[in-house]
Amino acid sequence: MHWNSLADFLAMGSHGLYVWGSVAVMALLMLAEPTLLLQGRKRLIARLKRQYRAERSEARLKSQTNTGGSRD
Amino acid sequence: MSHRVINWFRYASPQTFYPLAGKLIPWFWALAAIFGVAGLTIGFLVAPTDAQQGEGYRIIFLHVPASWMSMFIYLVMAFWAAMGLAFNTRLSGMMASALAPTGALFAFLSLWTGALWGKPMWGTWWVWDARLTSELILLFLYIGFIALQAAIDDPRRADKAGAILALVGVVNIPIIYFSVKWWNTLHQGASVSLTKAPSMAALMLWGMLLCALACWMYSIAIALMRVRTIMLERERHTDWVRALLAEKE
Repeated sequence: MHWNSLADFLAMGSHGLYVWGSVAVMALLMLAEPTLLLQGRKRLIARLKRQYRAERSEARLKSQTNTGGSRD
Repeated sequence: MSHRVINWFRYASPQTFYPLAGKLIPWFWALAAIFGVAGLTIGFLVAPTDAQQGEGYRIIFLHVPASWMSMFIYLVMAFWAAMGLAFNTRLSGMMASALAPTGALFAFLSLWTGALWGKPMWGTWWVWDARLTSELILLFLYIGFIALQAAIDDPRRADKAGAILALVGVVNIPIIYFSVKWWNTLHQGASVSLTKAPSMAALMLWGMLLCALACWMYSIAIALMRVRTIMLERERHTDWVRALLAEKE
């Protein structure tokens, strides 16, 4: 262990602002990227499911109204 | 399985690559976490103070991996773009699109951590020298690639246009890499090079390499996650995506 105290560690020899400023932004962005990806994926899956359901019910409606006509 | 030989080309189709990628993602996240914890522990808790730069040098454990990834991801992106142009495979364009945002992220982080390192060491956040300017151009290339693809509705045409931009931009990568040799710059020379022994203490080197490995694993995990979402979006009219989402109801 290189440090004598927590205060020492946080101060980073008077460069604390620069070191922790780098760490904070890198950590923030590298957590934000997967979080946003997962959210976007959930939204897409919900949208596609809605779309498929709508297409299915549309197809059903069509086949009901077409009952007298030819079935292919 | 009756077939002894694995047919690798099978994985070039989105339908077979999608579940494979899904299985690999947790493993890459686990490796990213292990390498990240190890690298940051060595870098921030164990490695000694730098003789010239004091404790501020510890930004190196973030800055160098981010910079390496920003350049390497670009090369991989350009590789997939070229494959897409040459063989017209669906997966290639999707891979290139999946890599661009993560490359842009690392290019930004390289500039950000570089600015926070430059201020205490050089006395300035930014200089228009070769290394910094070419890295900024790299960030713009990523943003340009993403914007160009977003502006074209037809994904296959978007892939082609993006691929040409990506391939033209490749010339920037050696410029970034060799800029500290070719021009007089404020930026220090390479800490690690392929031709000579690294000019840093072993512990510092190990911390940096482990952090770089963590960023590699992170990038692979993220790219696989993003490419899976792109696959669902682009292949939404196919039977396999319909069947897959029907299973999940």
